[in-house]
Amino acid sequence: MTTRSLGEPVARREDPRLLSGQGRYVDDIGTGALEVAFVRSPHAHARIVDIDVTGALDVDGIVAIYTHEDLPGRVGEPLPLLIPHDALTHGRTPYPLAKDEVNHVGEPIVMVVATDRYVAEDACDRIQVEFDFLPPVVGIEVARDAEHLVHDDVPGNVAARLVQESGDARAAVAQAPHVLELDLEIERSASMPMEGKAVFARWDADDTSLRVYTSTQASTSVRAAVAAKLELPADRVEVVAPDVGGGFGVKIVHPWPEEILVPWAAVTLGREVKWTEDRREHFVSSAHERGQLQHVKVGFDSEGRLHGLDVTIWHDNGAYTPYGIIVPIITTTQLLGPYKPGAYRAECFSLYTNTVIVTPYRGAGRPQGCFAMERTMDAIADHLGLDRAVVRERNFIRPDEMPYDHGLVFQDGRPLIYDSGDYPASLDKLKKLIGWDEFDDYRAAARAEGRQVGIGMACYVEGTGVGPYEGGFVKVETDGSVVVATGLTTQGQGHQTAFAQIVADELGVPVEKVTVTTGDTRRFKYAVGTFASRAAVMSGNAVALAARNVREKALRIAGEALEADPRDLEIVDGIVQVKGTPGATVPLSTVAVLSNPLRYAFDEETQRATQFATPGDPEKPPVAEDDEPGLEGTDYYSPARSTFANGMHAAIVEIDPDTAEISILRYCVVHDCGTLINPRIVEGQIHGGVAQGVAGALYERMVYDDAGQLLNASFMDFLMPYATEVPRIEADHLETPSPLNPLGIKGAGEAGVIPGASVLASAIEDAEGFRISRMPISPSELYELRQRHERREQNTTNTKDSR
Amino acid sequence: MSDTSAAEPRHEVNLVVNGVPRSATVPARRLLSDFLRHDLGLTGTHTGCEHGVCGACTVLVTGAGRSDDEGVSGRPIRSCLQFAVMYDGAEITTVEGCTRPDGELGPVQQAFQDCHGLQCGFCTPGFVTTITAYLEENPSPSEEEAREAISGNLCRCTGYQNIVASVLRAAELKSEEVGG
Ligand code: FES
Ligand code: FES
Repeated sequence: MTTRSLGEPVARREDPRLLSGQGRYVDDIGTGALEVAFVRSPHAHARIVDIDVTGALDVDGIVAIYTHEDLPGRVGEPLPLLIPHDALTHGRTPYPLAKDEVNHVGEPIVMVVATDRYVAEDACDRIQVEFDFLPPVVGIEVARDAEHLVHDDVPGNVAARLVQESGDARAAVAQAPHVLELDLEIERSASMPMEGKAVFARWDADDTSLRVYTSTQASTSVRAAVAAKLELPADRVEVVAPDVGGGFGVKIVHPWPEEILVPWAAVTLGREVKWTEDRREHFVSSAHERGQLQHVKVGFDSEGRLHGLDVTIWHDNGAYTPYGIIVPIITTTQLLGPYKPGAYRAECFSLYTNTVIVTPYRGAGRPQGCFAMERTMDAIADHLGLDRAVVRERNFIRPDEMPYDHGLVFQDGRPLIYDSGDYPASLDKLKKLIGWDEFDDYRAAARAEGRQVGIGMACYVEGTGVGPYEGGFVKVETDGSVVVATGLTTQGQGHQTAFAQIVADELGVPVEKVTVTTGDTRRFKYAVGTFASRAAVMSGNAVALAARNVREKALRIAGEALEADPRDLEIVDGIVQVKGTPGATVPLSTVAVLSNPLRYAFDEETQRATQFATPGDPEKPPVAEDDEPGLEGTDYYSPARSTFANGMHAAIVEIDPDTAEISILRYCVVHDCGTLINPRIVEGQIHGGVAQGVAGALYERMVYDDAGQLLNASFMDFLMPYATEVPRIEADHLETPSPLNPLGIKGAGEAGVIPGASVLASAIEDAEGFRISRMPISPSELYELRQRHERREQNTTNTKDSR
Repeated sequence: MSDTSAAEPRHEVNLVVNGVPRSATVPARRLLSDFLRHDLGLTGTHTGCEHGVCGACTVLVTGAGRSDDEGVSGRPIRSCLQFAVMYDGAEITTVEGCTRPDGELGPVQQAFQDCHGLQCGFCTPGFVTTITAYLEENPSPSEEEAREAISGNLCRCTGYQNIVASVLRAAELKSEEVGG
């Protein structure tokens, strides 16, 4: 047998290149291209009265300066609303260059093209824009009060009102033996990949073709958008996502203004044009996420079992809604986690503010939903004096209740039906891993030393692998190497290794023989994109199916060559052989040669397939009617529904009794993402996710002042964790294969981040003995809360039993 | 006429990068990071912030002003905070120069692959150079020291745990080499 590589911690194929400085990110490509800088709005809300570019015209090295008026036809029109939804009654998208009005600091107004970025920025400094100020709407409460409007024609600043309902939650709550209400808040953060966005475009006037390199999570869709906007035939546009320095959601949004403007300038000027976002630009013009206010009303019995859950959410969607209301949809559905809520109602108001747009950041609304549910679980346990793990367990969906239909509609437009999972088993593992049942002794011992510690837990379920589809292409070359292509993109998830492992196993070749290309429309034209922890599920299964087709064809051709029944053949280490009878073999390289009847030979190997070397049956066409030349195959995977991964985190924190400084002593993760392709890569995804979860719980927030200025738009001020802030992670896992796809995979990309704020709030609350309802939390905020608690102000503000 | 309307005065910068003499003529304000990436075509050095916080642009330098603290491979500097003209006559090592003479991965790079110390790879060049310099100073760090050693570099992908492991693994690989 070929050494099986699926499930093995195979070292990554992409690493040697990336480690030796040979990676190719967008800004590494296109040396000598013209470079772009933008004049961006310094104001959150204003009308543009006048733009005076004359001061910039004599800057040496300026090639072109464009404002909205210069953009022809569809190029200047508002960007598309990517995901329309009935509830999104007032969707608004920006113009690529602002027309008349700006709605957030950072919105692009003027585009400057110059010989290099230094010169382009010189010119930007000399362009004068005159504004008439409008009142800025900043913060969810201000947006909700709607004293001022972001968009004149959007009443109440409400972009969408989304209701998700199953049963009569209000009645169920009203009739429940106990009722609690919680007011919760989560602040903004952002994906913040280390590489910002970047676009490089090359127009070939002789060939009338355009090639665009962009740091995106959705190259095929960028291609469609660029072709439509520039009114070019789609087959004259190629879009490549080369190495991408992290995405985490922000690069799924497309087309960004720059993704239209840079290619358009390249065509218009007939020159190579490049734009590379700098860090400040990324802070003020790329997307953020998370910010929500939540009101939870929950009815439950004395056992802690939920009877009804009635949640109201106010979601800050920023200035525009190009990505629709995906985040609110995910929050309102994934809030349910592994639990049966009884009757459920969620109402979400998606509100405009004069701030950067809000679109999915790893977790994509789930951390907020998880926060609402997990804070509620802790509040119930506290109210009834029950163990927090017990309350959770009592509300779990049991394994024998799978598949479980929540009676709601998920983000893919399909019913929210959990396919599989064993939540009690996960909880059991987690409790053992962290020592849940022994913690009281630990706490007592710590207390005796004057130390203050607390333990918390949080559970989540994540819908992964959403459709509609992905495709895969697999080809065996005549030298026996295998090339694989899939359309979705890669931002560090190790697809070149994971997909190679899948194909290697399906075909029976060593993994080193397989080379994978992702996110390049020249190599695979149809794709959706990399988001929602879908790549491994979608493209993993697609390349597996394609490889199965290739294997079938290889066995058929080899059967003819070996005069054997294909059913008696196997492929081992790239050689087709008769099972159990060593001797009669044919290598896949030869099968590849034989699969392609030739007139011309170009080496010794291919001579074997030429017309006089293999005359074949003179009565039959060389390529049969239902066949194609080449040992290759393409297939698609399109699931009926998402597959649901799950996990649970627990943490132990120690808090300084004087300074309220919070240290994480232990952080434990149990996760179940179905069949593992490469455990090392999955573990890496968990680590990275947890780091972002911890960041969102203790460090990161976007600090806007009332005027809509982002006060911490740099890595000096936005507290992205360094190694010293991230705890060591102890992980264990379950493998409950998904019944929905051939490989049994569930997604893992976002898992680590989802319960971060919830688990740390739970642990801090446990350590302090008072309610934590707002994250992130800094030591000074915690200190403040302590003081308020001591003054007995705390108990009336957050929780009250209305019975 | 303004200061930027005339062509900027340019300066010749001669230096040795990864053992190879290189030279380019650039304006005085050209950042060393841009100089390496765009004038010399060594795009392995990345810029994640251009304000000296993330460490992605870290390169190792010997010569150029300070001679008090030169290790074997030089001291780490943030090339996004330096002008190229300040490094006329210096010797610089970038991530491309951290490979073995035959082009195979050097010990720090190999350790990153062994321990899955990178995901997107964008921050990685800065870690590789930083750790290379650190291990010259402290060839056998503890886990805690390893974590401290990388605590000036940002990574958004890995959560750092496997980078800490990579530091320890690199130390091991280097000592094996020295030892045997
Ligand atoms: S680019 Fe971030 S420190 Fe230089
Ligand atoms: S590996 Fe992506 S930022 Fe570190």
